[in-house]
Amino acid sequence: MATVSLTVNGKAVTANVDPRTLLVQLLRENLRLTGTHVGCDTSQCGACVVHVDGKAVKSCTTLALSLEGASVTTIEGLANGSALHPMQEAFREHHGLQCGYCTPGMIMAAVDIVNRRGNDLDEATIREDLDGNICRCTGYHNIVKAVAAGAEAMGKAPMRQAAE
Amino acid sequence: MYAFTYHRPATARQAAGLLAKKEDAKLLAGGHTLLPTMKQRLASPAHLVDLGACADLRGIERKGRNVVIGAMTTHAEVADSAIVKEAIPALAFLAGHIGDPHVRHRGTIGGSVANNDPAADYPSALLALGATVTTNKRKLTADEFFTGLYETALEEGEIITKVSFPVVSKAGYAKFRNPASRYALVGVFVAKRGSDVRVAVTGAGEGGVFRWPEAETALAGRFATKSLDGLKHKADGINGDIHADAEYRAHLIGVMAKQAVAQATGK
Repeated sequence: MATVSLTVNGKAVTANVDPRTLLVQLLRENLRLTGTHVGCDTSQCGACVVHVDGKAVKSCTTLALSLEGASVTTIEGLANGSALHPMQEAFREHHGLQCGYCTPGMIMAAVDIVNRRGNDLDEATIREDLDGNICRCTGYHNIVKAVAAGAEAMGKAPMRQAAE
Repeated sequence: MYAFTYHRPATARQAAGLLAKKEDAKLLAGGHTLLPTMKQRLASPAHLVDLGACADLRGIERKGRNVVIGAMTTHAEVADSAIVKEAIPALAFLAGHIGDPHVRHRGTIGGSVANNDPAADYPSALLALGATVTTNKRKLTADEFFTGLYETALEEGEIITKVSFPVVSKAGYAKFRNPASRYALVGVFVAKRGSDVRVAVTGAGEGGVFRWPEAETALAGRFATKSLDGLKHKADGINGDIHADAEYRAHLIGVMAKQAVAQATGK
């Protein structure tokens, strides 16, 4: 066992874990943050995407111990109390989901796209950058619409974006 | 995954010390090959030496006629680097098309090069640009470094510290990627430096990345897509699998080479 200290959704966390523990296991099993999903467990599907120091990564392919001192944001860290994050709201509004399994990863990836590329996203950019997130239900049309709308909405809520 | 002891050195020197001292130790860079391999129990090191905290292994700088990239620099950092985009745009383009955005936030140039996956992108850039790999012990040219399928000239206890790319006059990269894995079915990197033209092919060779001398000669005459007209790579020694047979991959080498030249010449 070994100890790791990091920040998760703004809160300091210290955990004693087996070195084999993946970030997604630390989140789900130790911290009970089960919004982050395991889909393929082989770093392809993106259901496990969270932000580490502001960048989207696949938490199924990251060792918990390698995150000493890091700041992690999960899907649970986006909303402000009962007020959804603009990207969450956009997924709801545009019905950017069917079963919902891929949705936390999609939303974390979408916020990462906005962080990297700004608020005015064209369809080609969104589709290209959602390359690492797979939806097996419904195709991507509404997801792409939701990301574009969410990106625009994030631009109109500068305070929220700064806080994220 | 089998159990291992985790180490997190702060410098490359400390990492080298651990690697020398611990039996059956492996280096962990971005982890996007090693961790999945360990999950499948195809690798089971007793010690894992994570290079993630070694700040001295990160960074990109222009040094005279070279762009020098630290081994732990991520694909995303290379793709977004103003220095790389200005000096060798084809290299930034290549880095920006490895895997997907999340993979590019973790995967590193040192890890990719050390693994020498036959379908990885970076080996073709190193070989075509005539890069130099610096380790904690010595310097190796790309021609010396890549020795076969998942094989390199790296010895026990050796750590890649940086890769140095000469700034060339023209360079281009084109890949036909597997849509599921995003690895190259065939990727071709072309580079022109003075009168010297180098063409490197990844994804296709049974022995990993290789140079295509016939295309180099043809392009040395005139660096234009037309020079490759009618030139075909033979299917001998080319990979065939469920994704593409050897004939198809061999054909793709010619197609990707032309696209790479078109990118390099802007035509």
